[in-house]
Amino acid sequence: MLAFIIQRLLQAVLVMLVVALIAFALFNYIGDPIANMVGQDTSLADRERLRQELGLNDGFVVQFARFVRHAAQGNFGLSYQQARPVGQIILEKMPATLELSFMAAFLALLFGVPMGIYTGLNRHSWASQAILAISLVGVSLPTFLIGILLILIFAVTLGWLPSFGRGAIVHIGWWTTGLLTVDGWRAIILPSITLALFQMTLIMRLVRAEMIEVLHTDYIKFARARGLTSRAVNFGHALKNTLVPVITITGLQLGSIIAFAVITETVFQWPGMGLMFIQAVTFADIPVMAAYLVMVGFFFVAINLVVDLLYYVVDPRLRIEREIVAGG
Amino acid sequence: MAELTASGTPSPLAAQPGRWRRFVDSDLLWSFSRSPATIVAAVVAFAIIGAAMLAPLVAPHDPYDLASLSLLDATDPPAWLKDGTWSYPLGTDNQGRDVLSAILYGTRLSLLVGCSAVVAALLLGVTLGLVAGWRGGIADTLIMRVADVQLSFPAILIALLIDGVAHSVLPRQVQTQITFYVLVAAIALSYWVHFARTVRGSTMVERNKEYIQAAQVIGVHPARIVIGHLLPNVIGPVLVMATINLATAILTEATLSFLGVGLPPTEPSLGTLIRVGNDYLLSGDWWISVFPGIVLALLILSVNLLGDWLRDAFNPKLR
Repeated sequence: MLAFIIQRLLQAVLVMLVVALIAFALFNYIGDPIANMVGQDTSLADRERLRQELGLNDGFVVQFARFVRHAAQGNFGLSYQQARPVGQIILEKMPATLELSFMAAFLALLFGVPMGIYTGLNRHSWASQAILAISLVGVSLPTFLIGILLILIFAVTLGWLPSFGRGAIVHIGWWTTGLLTVDGWRAIILPSITLALFQMTLIMRLVRAEMIEVLHTDYIKFARARGLTSRAVNFGHALKNTLVPVITITGLQLGSIIAFAVITETVFQWPGMGLMFIQAVTFADIPVMAAYLVMVGFFFVAINLVVDLLYYVVDPRLRIEREIVAGG
Repeated sequence: MAELTASGTPSPLAAQPGRWRRFVDSDLLWSFSRSPATIVAAVVAFAIIGAAMLAPLVAPHDPYDLASLSLLDATDPPAWLKDGTWSYPLGTDNQGRDVLSAILYGTRLSLLVGCSAVVAALLLGVTLGLVAGWRGGIADTLIMRVADVQLSFPAILIALLIDGVAHSVLPRQVQTQITFYVLVAAIALSYWVHFARTVRGSTMVERNKEYIQAAQVIGVHPARIVIGHLLPNVIGPVLVMATINLATAILTEATLSFLGVGLPPTEPSLGTLIRVGNDYLLSGDWWISVFPGIVLALLILSVNLLGDWLRDAFNPKLR
């Protein structure tokens, strides 16, 4: 167990170092950082002094070590575009993205799991067929197109909901939330549905496939033969055994929700990290891009690590196999 | 695909049953004719692809011909609505460009980017997969480690990062000329992993089979063994995967273009058209973005359906 955890941790650290290296290369070797900080009338001597002060003349390893140390403290330098610390900008944008992502994940689970169970249990009913057909269309519709269609219907034509922004927000310490105002709730509906739809179809299809597979196993047949109620068989035995992969995939999908948030945030002009990244790309704001890269890398590595460990805790078979391998 | 290209005339080499006869009797066609959804998907896909390839012949206007544009015709609605004219069947965009013609040319670009990206990803993935599976050792560890790391991030995010970085790094002057290649490279670099893993797996199985050992014993050059004997035996599943990946590649291209890091408005793909139209959505000019969106969705859906069918048809377990 301990060896497994250590191995996974080392792997996570390695991945983070690679991501940091890419971000560092981006930050340091693309364009001249000095030219982006000073005005055109700064003399060459002044530039050289600044270069020396910032340590840009140090060796590669020294500079990289400093980059990692600063990054670990959330210090990514100044944004070229806004001339403010990048860490501060990210801290401002993060609540918006996290709120949207968790809302979407919640919606996806709330609708995806029951629909998956239903279509898995009633494979041939017309409602299942209809849900499956619609889900296929849902998979094929690009996220941004869903967003545009929702805006067209609910914001432009019907005028029920706002088409952009986060609505009124409330500050709680450094965290901002839109979930305490009616305006904020109205604003989050369309973006979170847009973001949730793809994940919902994914979870639904997964639950359905797992249910169908489990229902064919011997222990389910035996449970039926024992005369258990179908409720006990379906939910007590079948559903329980489908949940392990569902937990894993949902956890891993949380990462991809944050990635797809870039698209949703652009469509709805949602002031989160994704929109920040796209704007940074447009303005070639390298420090912001490097910081986003490290942040997203960290999110993914952390999620993968937690899911791996959870898997290990939830599924006893994995533990036993490992122990046999370790013991033998 | 090989069967499809074989035309109705029986080749002199294929003796009695004739290629056409064999094609008609094949399991593939049988399973095709039994699946109405696949038939519809094939018709839709070939209609869209055909119209896009023939764009210069069938499009009512040339969207690249700036001289023919008139701002007086800007944001005309589709023909069946009030103020619409049949010379612009699906209306015009903000510059007076015919939406139908822009869609036809845009689909062509989207398909071109998608196909090029899949081919590039296929070449890269198959090569690296063969190297990893055949050589083993350090090469294998290195390639598969990179693949593992990359697989823990969603492909679309990797494409976005590569494309975004390239977009802000390259000088503006060069950018417009090489955007196409940057886009193809970004998509290819984010999708090669799946091909590489599949090829590596089957290469490691095939490597120990007798026909490979026999070739080695009689002294065939290793390069010839890999390309001539091994490759044909591992390529099948990968080609089926490529069909499904075509839909994903088109989707990725559209998304990147929509986000503004893909093809520029001067050479609009479907994604760029939707991006341009999105700015006019709030003023009620829905047709500029909705029609390209419908074509994009139909294209992806039909290619997805065809890919799924191909995968099932070639999977002996499901027969």
